Amino acid sequence: MSEQLALLPAYLTGHVQLTLVALLLGTIISVPVGIVATRVRWLEQVVLGAAGIIQTVPSLALLAIMVPVLAAIQVQSIGYLPAIIGLTLYSTLPILRNTVIGIAGVDPAYTEAAKGVGMTRGQQLWWVELPLAMPVIVGGLRTSTVWVVGMATLSTPVGATSLGNYIFSGLQTRNYTAVMVGSVAAALLAQLLDGLVRVLEEGVRFRRRRLVAAALVALSALYLFAGVTLARQFIGDDDSERIVIGSKAYTEQYILSEIISGQVTSETGLSTTAIQSLGSTVAFDALRSGDLDVYVDYSGTIWATILRREATTENRGQILGEVERALTADYGVHVVGALGFENTYALAMRSADVQTLRLKRISDLVPHASRLVLGGDYEFFGRPEWVSLQKRYGLSFERELTMDPALMYQAVAQRDVDVIAAFSTDGRVAAFGLTMLEDDRNVIPPYDAVILVSDRLVRDQPRVVTALEGLVGAIDVDLMRAMNLTVDEVGRTPRSVAEEFLAGRSATDARDR
Amino acid sequence: MIELQALTKRYGEHVVVDRLSLRVGRGEVIVLLGTSGCGKTTTLKMINRLVEPSNGSVRIDGVDVGALPAHELRRQIGYVFQGVGLFPHMTVFENISVTPTLLGWTAERIRRRVDELLDLVELDPAVMRDRRPSELSGGQQQRVGVARALASEPNVMLLDEPFGALDPLTREQLQQSFARIRTQLSMTAIFVTHDLVEALFLGDRIVVMRDGCLVQVGTPRELMVHPVDEFVERMFGTPKRQAQLLNDLLDPGEHS
Repeated sequence: MSEQLALLPAYLTGHVQLTLVALLLGTIISVPVGIVATRVRWLEQVVLGAAGIIQTVPSLALLAIMVPVLAAIQVQSIGYLPAIIGLTLYSTLPILRNTVIGIAGVDPAYTEAAKGVGMTRGQQLWWVELPLAMPVIVGGLRTSTVWVVGMATLSTPVGATSLGNYIFSGLQTRNYTAVMVGSVAAALLAQLLDGLVRVLEEGVRFRRRRLVAAALVALSALYLFAGVTLARQFIGDDDSERIVIGSKAYTEQYILSEIISGQVTSETGLSTTAIQSLGSTVAFDALRSGDLDVYVDYSGTIWATILRREATTENRGQILGEVERALTADYGVHVVGALGFENTYALAMRSADVQTLRLKRISDLVPHASRLVLGGDYEFFGRPEWVSLQKRYGLSFERELTMDPALMYQAVAQRDVDVIAAFSTDGRVAAFGLTMLEDDRNVIPPYDAVILVSDRLVRDQPRVVTALEGLVGAIDVDLMRAMNLTVDEVGRTPRSVAEEFLAGRSATDARDR
Repeated sequence: MIELQALTKRYGEHVVVDRLSLRVGRGEVIVLLGTSGCGKTTTLKMINRLVEPSNGSVRIDGVDVGALPAHELRRQIGYVFQGVGLFPHMTVFENISVTPTLLGWTAERIRRRVDELLDLVELDPAVMRDRRPSELSGGQQQRVGVARALASEPNVMLLDEPFGALDPLTREQLQQSFARIRTQLSMTAIFVTHDLVEALFLGDRIVVMRDGCLVQVGTPRELMVHPVDEFVERMFGTPKRQAQLLNDLLDPGEHS
């Protein structure tokens, strides 16, 4: 618990920055557009329609789509920017709609009276229509506030730190304390902001100067805080000095990013920033664009997903070599080296079933598959490996279920599914009594864990690359499995496991000298 | 002085006001009288351009009302709305001070003017100044409405059935207040109503309208004595018939 609470300042700061800025931008955009829409008839349908469409896009997808869009126009594509744009878009509809409804709902008797006493169009708006529509507009703002605080937790996969970091990493590492801390903090923040907006509006409406002042002071303090911390992030520190380390959204990746961070800091003295729980291709794209400096990917993933190569008979070393060559030549991304273990997709089943059905290889599974249910992670059924498995073995399961990788092992152990596309380094394969089937037709390529670095890092920070070379070959598959299991089942944090690993290594180094 | 010249308002084929001409002298109160839908409110709104005429012209002191931007024109004309039309989010003080503020009066001048007007409409400034319209009775609200219309010392007042929604007793009090105020200020005003007794009581002259047309203009006495047609005769006969009915009720023996 205290370990989790120690992360709260950083995550909460990120969350406050995202929500406050998005709501401010959302209001600045929506209220004027809403006003114009009430003046120009045809615009009303267009504007409300557009905002409605944005709203129907699933919120995670809205954020995710910002990554390739921003990358295409060559601006920062992961981190704060895509999150803030997505959240701002998302916040517009309630404010916009309520502005239109609020102004249209003003009794025509009042607008006529406003004309009658000699107000110009603009004066009618400022003196009469907006004040009378205010409760409705603020109602929209309050809806947006609650939505945006909630949706900001989904900024984590696009690389913006938020309370979602608790939720994503907590779910992956089965740390439900983290999930709770993140959820409760987000709920409290939503309550606080909603309350402040309500107090401000009531204060203005009933002319309670003290209420208005109190709410304004509190809101200004929050905005000042967000502004100062943001400014410090963007201007205060020198970007080129800080090494940005990425990780995808599962235990092994969290541990490896912590190991890399520790290694870089201890060897070079440079500080690091972690961007965690990224989507798989988000991380790669970010590395290409230089938004990330380093992360760990797997040769087979790059082979299949990035290079779009078919399954192959080439061996582990050949694939690694080809990946290295192609990435440098075509993508401006460099491979520092392999960590020393493979984390491959493997079809795994309950050991009891494997014995009963006398299975050894995937080929043996084919005749039984139509009566079995297969579980896979978010990516698996969209990946070329799955297509190849179906094509080359003629595999066809009764059903395929997509689920979170953290829940997959439990699902198969509890017979909710019969087969899973497991990660071979996951300690839970053994811990849950599962057996992996041999890929006898070599459909699934080798998945050597490799450290990838950006062009910028190689150019500007060669000593970081040297430091990372120290990790090449340092982790074998048993060690990786053990570390994963320590996080997933023992409940230690990725950071403490990483620290233990690095401490063990420096102890060995000292002895060797 | 207000001159309406062949003033016409058409909505498509439908003629709401048909070639209406009228002269209102300085210090005169004219009542536009007619059943609902006869075009009297539309006529009134064409004078301060809340409705733009289809044809014809309106001149105030010889100047065409189209010569000024509409909002500037309206600041020079007091307007009391049907129903109430006070701004619900503003205090009594703010409602009355709207037009002077738009005209750029100093705060001190506005403050004095508002107190003066509240006295004029028989409301206690100290008590009423900071109240919201929702905290006032219907009669008080309409007194504030009159004060607001008078705020910028207009030469011309337009009143659109201002007391129509009030109960009979309150209405009578306001009519008396209005009669006093118009004498006090020697006000030029056009007053729309469908209430004959109100018209007889307040109007120097009465304009009877029907289906967008002017039927007859004259002093209350002229209309009572020389109605131009049966319509006017029946309309102005109403109070006599009502008086007869009351007499019969009070003195049932007379006819038996």
